[in-house]
Amino acid sequence: MTQPPISRGFRGRRPDDGRTGRVPPGQHVTRDFPVLSAGPTPETDLENWSFSLYDGDRAVAEWSWADFAGLPQTSLKVDIHCVTSWSKLDTHWQGVTIDTLIDAAGLSEPPTSFTMIHSDGDYRTNIPVEDLIDGKAMVATRYEGDPLAPEHGGPARLLVPHLYFWKSAKWARRLQFIPNDEPGFWEELGYHMYGDPWREQRYAGD
Amino acid sequence: MDHQEETGLPLDGNAAAGLLGELFAVDVTAAEITCGMCGVVGLVGATRVYGGPMGAIFRCAHCDSVVMRLVRTPAGIWLDMRGSRRLLARVAP
Amino acid sequence: MPETEIDISARKRLAWRVAEVGKIIDETPRVKSLVLDVPGWPGHRPGQHVDVRLTAEDGYQAQRSYSVASAPESTHVILTIERIEGGEVSSYLASDVQAGDKFELRGPIGGYFVWTVAIGGPLFLVAGGSGIAPLMAMLRHRAAAQSTIPALLLYSSRTFEDIIYREELDRLAARSDGFKVVHTLTRRQPSGWTGGARRIDHSMLANLGLSANARPRIFICGPTSLVESAAQYLSDLGHERNLIKTERFGPTGG
Repeated sequence: MTQPPISRGFRGRRPDDGRTGRVPPGQHVTRDFPVLSAGPTPETDLENWSFSLYDGDRAVAEWSWADFAGLPQTSLKVDIHCVTSWSKLDTHWQGVTIDTLIDAAGLSEPPTSFTMIHSDGDYRTNIPVEDLIDGKAMVATRYEGDPLAPEHGGPARLLVPHLYFWKSAKWARRLQFIPNDEPGFWEELGYHMYGDPWREQRYAGD
Repeated sequence: MDHQEETGLPLDGNAAAGLLGELFAVDVTAAEITCGMCGVVGLVGATRVYGGPMGAIFRCAHCDSVVMRLVRTPAGIWLDMRGSRRLLARVAP
Repeated sequence: MPETEIDISARKRLAWRVAEVGKIIDETPRVKSLVLDVPGWPGHRPGQHVDVRLTAEDGYQAQRSYSVASAPESTHVILTIERIEGGEVSSYLASDVQAGDKFELRGPIGGYFVWTVAIGGPLFLVAGGSGIAPLMAMLRHRAAAQSTIPALLLYSSRTFEDIIYREELDRLAARSDGFKVVHTLTRRQPSGWTGGARRIDHSMLANLGLSANARPRIFICGPTSLVESAAQYLSDLGHERNLIKTERFGPTGG
């Protein structure tokens, strides 16, 4: 196979060399906050919004927006990494941790080892329970001190910063406990089932 | 699919012509696709495409449901058409 | 289950070809046209585009789509590129590139957004900024074919200096062959300006004298907000949706 011609003088964006230890391989740091969506931004009426926990097909708990605001809130400062190669450092979020939701639902422990997160707009993504508990994830409602903007997933999105950001499902509405790991929206189309940026698990087989 | 600055805004199906052409032998942007949800027939080029640069998510211009998904990964090209009933490409005999 | 790798070596369609920059034309302070030599170019239809791929010395690649601005009757492939602030590819193509430079090109692609004289008219074109490029291919083709199909271009630019192909459009309109151009400048107008002085809106479209009964073929290209609103206004004015074809460039206009 012939080599493509080099475009003289083209440099493009340079992936950071990761020496800071905060930037996973193949990523570059951005100050922007790019928006990637699988569909149009849903219009959500807070009066009708709810977030639920399901065990299979059985509803276990449901919170209205007012209920959600009454739950213990947590603030996080984290780095986020998108599979499209940008990373954003020191982002600030506020919301309710999955630990708090499991507790508030009256569950002594998660009923299964895997979950599927369901969002408005028919988006879904799969995450092992291990990766949602012990403070690793939250349902975030505020970003940088303001209510989360719709194009970034507002009113509420999942936030799982240690995995590629497609796992941090925007417009999240339901956390469903499932018995086995199943592929979500992007995972069905060749993206990695787990998505660890530090092992560069972008695509199936990585 | 090209790497537009990521804004969340859709492009027209026509913008994914390059990616479609990596798989289909004929130009599919001018093909007619029947939405599996609402039954309306539209041209692939007139669908609204989201998801770039992760992939191309083609949504019905009438009801916004997903009619086709196309992703290029190192393994190859992934195509999901469960959201459409059929596609008609009017190619000459 | 056995993995079968599909043999695609026999495919000729949609191969990446090498394009060499022959000449660079400064269209406006932010916009350049690249006149390209593309060996093996199969020809194109007005409105189609190409994917362009740049490769850096370390193998890093970036890819963007650009409309072909030249008529199929032209001997060269012309791309018209606006330099976008912070744009990885456009800042190279519309600024750094020199005659003799090479990059890869794939196409022509996109048979959906195409107009030829054979399709007929009347023809109504709406352009925002660098969205004029594919529409210019259509107008150049129309002129090369010496067609008298009625054609109207509504062209929105920021300022007078930002009007791409301004002199060529004036020349085409002066032929009195049924082509008219209406300009609107959204940010600043020169003294004595008699054209439009605001963004394209419902009343501007309504006052163009375009009859929906004449069933014009409509092509709209430019920034997403302009394209979506113009398409909606025209639909409200009675034009059939399937006669309106859009090409969104995203928020930055390409």
